[in-house]
Amino acid sequence: MATTVAAPARVFGSGIKRREDPRLLTGTARYTADMTLPGQLYASILRSPHGHARIKKIDTAAAKAASGVVAVFTGADTEGLLQSIPCAWLVPNSDLKTAPYPPLAKTTVRYVGDSVVVVVADSPEHAADAVDLIEVDYEPLKAVVDPEKAVKSGAPQLHQEAANNIAFHWVVAGGDVDAAFKNADVVVRDRIIQQRLIPTAMEPRGALAHYVPATGELTLWNTTQNPHIVRFIMSLVCGIPEDRLRVIAPEVGGGFGSKIPQIQGDFITVFCSMKLGRPVKWIETRSENYQSTTHGRDHVQDVEMAATKDGKILGLRCTVWAGMGAYLSTAAPGIPTILHGLMLSGPYQIGAVKEDVYGVYTNTTPVEAYRGAGRPEATFMLERVIDRLADELKMDPVEIRKRNLIPAFDNGHDVVTGLKYDSGNYQGALDKALTHVDYAALRKEQAEARKKGRYIGIGVGMYVEICGLGPSQVAGAVGFQGGLWESAIVRFHPSGKAHVFIGSSPHGQGEETTFAQIVADELGVSVNDVKIVHGDTENTPMGWGTYGSRTTAVSGAALAVATRKIKEKAKLLTSHLLEAAVEDIEYANGKFFVRGFPDKAKTIQDIALMANVAWNMPQGMEPGLEATTFYDPPNFVYPFGAHVAVVEVDGETGVVQLKRYAAVDDCGHQINPMIVEGQVHGGVVQGIGQALWEHAVYADNGQLLTGSLSDYAIPRADVLPDIEVLSTVTPSPHHPLGVKGIGEAGTIVSTCTVYNAVIDALEPFGVQSIQMPLTPERVFNAIGHSSANPAGSRKG
Amino acid sequence: MELSVSVTVNGRRYDRQIEPRLLLVHFIRDTVGLTGTKIGCDTSQCGACTVLLDGVAVKSCTCLAAQADGASVTTIEGLAPEGKLDPVQEAFWEKHGLQCGFCTPGMIFATKALLQTNNNPSTEQIRHALEGNMCRCTGYQNIVRSVQAAAAAGAR
Repeated sequence: MATTVAAPARVFGSGIKRREDPRLLTGTARYTADMTLPGQLYASILRSPHGHARIKKIDTAAAKAASGVVAVFTGADTEGLLQSIPCAWLVPNSDLKTAPYPPLAKTTVRYVGDSVVVVVADSPEHAADAVDLIEVDYEPLKAVVDPEKAVKSGAPQLHQEAANNIAFHWVVAGGDVDAAFKNADVVVRDRIIQQRLIPTAMEPRGALAHYVPATGELTLWNTTQNPHIVRFIMSLVCGIPEDRLRVIAPEVGGGFGSKIPQIQGDFITVFCSMKLGRPVKWIETRSENYQSTTHGRDHVQDVEMAATKDGKILGLRCTVWAGMGAYLSTAAPGIPTILHGLMLSGPYQIGAVKEDVYGVYTNTTPVEAYRGAGRPEATFMLERVIDRLADELKMDPVEIRKRNLIPAFDNGHDVVTGLKYDSGNYQGALDKALTHVDYAALRKEQAEARKKGRYIGIGVGMYVEICGLGPSQVAGAVGFQGGLWESAIVRFHPSGKAHVFIGSSPHGQGEETTFAQIVADELGVSVNDVKIVHGDTENTPMGWGTYGSRTTAVSGAALAVATRKIKEKAKLLTSHLLEAAVEDIEYANGKFFVRGFPDKAKTIQDIALMANVAWNMPQGMEPGLEATTFYDPPNFVYPFGAHVAVVEVDGETGVVQLKRYAAVDDCGHQINPMIVEGQVHGGVVQGIGQALWEHAVYADNGQLLTGSLSDYAIPRADVLPDIEVLSTVTPSPHHPLGVKGIGEAGTIVSTCTVYNAVIDALEPFGVQSIQMPLTPERVFNAIGHSSANPAGSRKG
Repeated sequence: MELSVSVTVNGRRYDRQIEPRLLLVHFIRDTVGLTGTKIGCDTSQCGACTVLLDGVAVKSCTCLAAQADGASVTTIEGLAPEGKLDPVQEAFWEKHGLQCGFCTPGMIFATKALLQTNNNPSTEQIRHALEGNMCRCTGYQNIVRSVQAAAAAGAR
């Protein structure tokens, strides 16, 4: 009887379960807050209650005398011992003014939450109790929280280094934008407020520092996305040589950009441990997290688009006031410039763009990367103004996009801002999305509903994003004070099991699984025989971290190249052992053999054993089976997609109901589609949060009014539909595995997609703009201020 | 002033002297030393600290340790004591119901609380039951699938 044996399913591309989950599911994973060392002390920080004030006097006597208190330190105690917190993205040609950023404020506080005094005690309760006993005499100063108002004459000044609070002024220009506007049949304009957001990783930030005076060595457990950068910056600020500093990112509970920078509490904790020679732990509360860990977005954007009457876009011109907060956080200046301005033309053929970006100091929490970081702000601007153009020209929003999309390309396309996109098929993604939702039927349904007084809206959003940061030469050219390469070590043990050590630092994204899939696919070992090690500077090679959707794109490439080096060495060793020419050695399914003789093969396990015992090595070959790769990508990667949202707005109450959301994303080849889908779900929902609910609100005097999870509305389970996730596959031509990034894609496009849908629903009311988030009150007021137009729709 | 309490956690009794203000979540994490229960906020919104208190799901930051005197608490460490995962844990693994894992212990107990009273919940009922537990990674969709899978597997 004939039998058929199914070919083994390829592990690359398979949605296998995650290998990190058992420890997370059973409560055995260890996050920073879960660590306790013998003799450990606890730090609690007194923070500024004022948005802007001069410190006149600090009285710590009562706190020092309180039960359990070991030490109390103010900014004066750090003089000469802690340097200013550096900004690490010094965007060139922008007249950048970096102001001193002390870990503990010395003379002036500049935002609510600015660190003023730290208490170290034998328990968290004693530390917190003693903080309440500190008396600080403040002289309140006038504050400014709005970046556009902050640059006006007469506004309160934050730093003497930055006149008119302008931290930088950066311009990107390409093509002849003046001619584009001069020759235009139509110009549409919009003012967009990209409201301030709070990243809200579920694990707040924290640090545990252990300094050993006898050796001068310090170990730091830190809630970070990039432990190697922490070691570098911590060394500069605290004066510990890098070789005496070990930084460990244990389990990390999400980041979304808020765990890229080193914040005041990190330096304070290290300082306390160095002063006291004992382990010191500091874990922020959620309220502290909201006040003093970083925020995101905060743009005021004036945008105008020039076009012909048949909908061909000629040019885009904009001015952006980007709130930076009170100090320039680690990566902050690069976000509204490099990651925003260079993406102005998106997936469209636009011949001329110009943007002025003003980075502005305000009396608010420092702004940093937040999922998408610059690209959502660019995508929203573009997708919003295209919809306005469609409205102006009485065209369907899909049709106007189709007329302007860059045609499909698979190996490089130059755009007006100077970038070279790697590959794209934007029309393909759009067509797939429209077919999936049956766009024409949706428009009919909308028209029918309107006749019955129901307001359904259909929003389309498209994007291309820059991620996989990036070639290091480019990083240097754009002022990033570091490299952007990644590294991997693959080490095979005698039994054929492997360890992989990577410099990047996943914190929920699942690379312990997907990276094992890469090794398994390249070398034919079981996924379960490969352990991925990350997050400890003492045993992993240098790497620049996990952010900007770069871990699979860059670190994954390093790993692929390293596994291929292993394969080459295995072929050489096989040729020696089988006494054949290396040109005749082939590899298939984990076996190395002489061409035509697959039965006489060496497995990778055989090779691992022989290489490790080294009894019979070819002349000149080193023992061991290990490879290291430092991979600097030749270009960024450019994922893209098209999303569609369907909403219904209650004309009586202004309540927006998100009825459907379909996402088509293209991140090239997918290593694990289950994980890709999970990234899309989470990313889309964060972007929906911005469109509908989230807003970090400051009072004019600098008080943060949304200072807890009671006031800041992140999405909950009961307010969301299922996200319909689809994909197309356009491999990156330069990546060894053809992959791109997927971590931020959903967030980059979902905000504008939902927003466009709501404005579309309100077309009968003539509403063209509502400030986000689109709460019932705002929508209701927008409807109330417009005159209803029951004439029906232009679309269909 | 200190209070004497006797709290059974995962089947083991702990007799301890505590400060009256001590929250149950701190008793679990700091006094007993079981750190699987997480703290994600200070206003009882996030649900990361959800445990079973005498079989009922509670946010352990809303409860004083003194109130748990004489009671029995189940934490995430108590669900798979022999290393064999509870069906709800299995379902979360199978359906990719977690990413960073920080909200997961609380989500699992919210799920167990739902399935105790409704063994075949609709999607809407699941989403409603999870509204007191926040997750920033998953967008909740795969958590909903996990709950559905757990229900289908007969988990309680």
